[in-house]
Amino acid sequence: MTQKLFGVTPSRRAVLQGAGAGLLTAGFAAPVWAQAAPVKLGFQLHRTGIGAAYGRWYERTAQAALKVVNDAGGINGRPVEIVFEDDGTDPKRGAEVVEKLVSQHNCDLIFGPLFSHVVIGSAPRAGELKVPYLVCSEGFHVAGGMLNRWTMQPGITDVRAQVSSMAPWVLANLGKKVTMVFPDYAFGHDHRDFFTAAVEAGGGEVVAQIAVPPTETSFTRYLPQIPQETEVLYHVMVGPAVLTFVKELGEFYGTGAKPQIFGFIDSLEAVDIASPGLEFLEGTHFWEGHCRGQQADASEHEIAYRAAVGVDANGASVSDAKDVSTYAHMFSVWETLHIIKAGMESAGYQGTADRQKFVEAVEAMTEMPESLAHVQGAKVFNGKTHQVFGHQFISKVEGGKLVKVHTTSIEDSIYPDAVDYTTQSF
Amino acid sequence: MSFGPFLLLALLEGTVMAAVLALTAVGLSLVFGVMRVVNVAHGEFYMLGAVLAWFVTYYLPFPPAIAWLAALIIAPLIVAVIAALTDTLILKRLNYDPEATIVATIGLLYMLQQAALTFYGPDARPVVAPFEWRIQLPWFGYSGYKLFVVLTAVVILAAVWLFMTRSKAGLVMRATQVDRETAQAFGINVDRVYAGTFALGGALAAAAAVLIVPIQQAHYLMGHDPLLLSFIVVIIGGLGSIRGTLVAALVIGLSDGIISMFFSPTLAKIIATLLVALVLVFRPQGLFGAKA
Repeated sequence: MTQKLFGVTPSRRAVLQGAGAGLLTAGFAAPVWAQAAPVKLGFQLHRTGIGAAYGRWYERTAQAALKVVNDAGGINGRPVEIVFEDDGTDPKRGAEVVEKLVSQHNCDLIFGPLFSHVVIGSAPRAGELKVPYLVCSEGFHVAGGMLNRWTMQPGITDVRAQVSSMAPWVLANLGKKVTMVFPDYAFGHDHRDFFTAAVEAGGGEVVAQIAVPPTETSFTRYLPQIPQETEVLYHVMVGPAVLTFVKELGEFYGTGAKPQIFGFIDSLEAVDIASPGLEFLEGTHFWEGHCRGQQADASEHEIAYRAAVGVDANGASVSDAKDVSTYAHMFSVWETLHIIKAGMESAGYQGTADRQKFVEAVEAMTEMPESLAHVQGAKVFNGKTHQVFGHQFISKVEGGKLVKVHTTSIEDSIYPDAVDYTTQSF
Repeated sequence: MSFGPFLLLALLEGTVMAAVLALTAVGLSLVFGVMRVVNVAHGEFYMLGAVLAWFVTYYLPFPPAIAWLAALIIAPLIVAVIAALTDTLILKRLNYDPEATIVATIGLLYMLQQAALTFYGPDARPVVAPFEWRIQLPWFGYSGYKLFVVLTAVVILAAVWLFMTRSKAGLVMRATQVDRETAQAFGINVDRVYAGTFALGGALAAAAAVLIVPIQQAHYLMGHDPLLLSFIVVIIGGLGSIRGTLVAALVIGLSDGIISMFFSPTLAKIIATLLVALVLVFRPQGLFGAKA
């Protein structure tokens, strides 16, 4: 007797259809028994355009911080995911990126942009979409009241705090008559306005202010505007031509007499200080938001951070000594991600409906002691102005390396509130 | 700084700018003169020259001077090949129709720029100068390499001039410029002349970029300014006139150097653009251009 196993012999088509349906069901159903849905963070990244050097390192720092956060259990027990979206360092695209991250990728919030024109161009859209927008921009536009309740800067100090806390040291150690060279846009204007004010308050004088368009490629023509009486040349430059700027400055002064030079490391971010033509920088001073070279007194947290991001003791990539980091700024990405974690956890953040709770939780933050979450050092957050305050470092170039010579206190950098965002409606 | 040294520095900077500008603009002018093609992608040929120079100097295991010399030969050659291909694959298919070629070269501009972004990356990368020599004057220091740039540009321009006026190929190009159809009737292979002209134009832009890249850095967005300035120069000098282009490059370069140093670089750009407007109103064919 022959036994039929199946009542009907299935045709090949039916088998295939069945298998296909099974696959589809498995695919759709998978998330149900996977772990909790991830927290999705949007990163507005300067991957291309004039901010690309920063973008490259901001992405690496974000990835490293993400790994640390996920290894420690994520946020509220949920895994964290970052969606990177390039804004071309362009304000118009910046606003589009904000839109895309929120509407298409359903990100819980957005963080990461540096360039002030992009931040100023994008923040209004974030406000309209009612999505938290955590910037790493240094500009005074956050604390100055230009932006909105949804925009915060908890990971890096602003230019006003930076320059006003350092001005006394510059006046006391380098000279009283200062000439400033700065990029001619919002970020540079913050330098111009607040450093000038701080110098005058300290009994010094800014003898000339030389504004350079941020897209400029040739700088020698600006240098003769530096008055002879200048005792301190204060320079800050951004964009792809920073190396040209510093080199031409060196050519201009050459071996002749030159004033004391105090620069913002922005003029040399992602640039090897040992590049040919930069020898004249020996003995000059720099502001650093975070010391590029590993200092003798580096904390264990800083050392762990450096290793996690993949930066060697000279501030270059561990895999390519020529790939110099934007070390003075990129800690802000690391710290901002940790603040996002802390904020979401204290708000009991569940999903996009809790965005307002998250903003309120960050606004409630105050002291941020130095830790693995705050590797640059201790900070104090001002919930009213949405701005964080911290230490600044002044380094001197000695033997081709940046050596820290002064650390400002947090109190030195605090100024009266210019805005109270907490009184604004959501 | 007192007036004398100030003026000297302005003149030096202006001369360097004029030299590089002349080289770039002559390429644009040649292409327009012979082919009647307004090459909007000219600035990208310049950018490609700089980017290729970076690749050559980075990967060739020679000392800086030799690596840079190699770049000065290899980068313009590669750009010339790309330009010649562009001509045969795109411009020729459009029958050199003025509107269509403008649109096509705009497209090419973006393709080259994005290709550079993809294969070279978004960073500005320095090319080591062939030599480090700084002239220390009593008032300021100046890069000896910049003077070398002027010298090299003059040599290349002289070679182009000789080529156009003394060689048979130059004669053929000029004949094609004067009257394409008659030239064809006399057995001149116009297709080859066009491809050659476009290649030469691209190569000149690339050579200018190789000269400038040890001063500035190679960056995928660096083509904008040279394109704009080249157009300014070519319009003032007269489209298609090499002599006019050279004179205009000198005028624009020096005035830019002097105005931007004594007043501001923005004012220099405003004046240059105003000059273009005035030329277009009162002498549309340019200073040295033939009447259309």
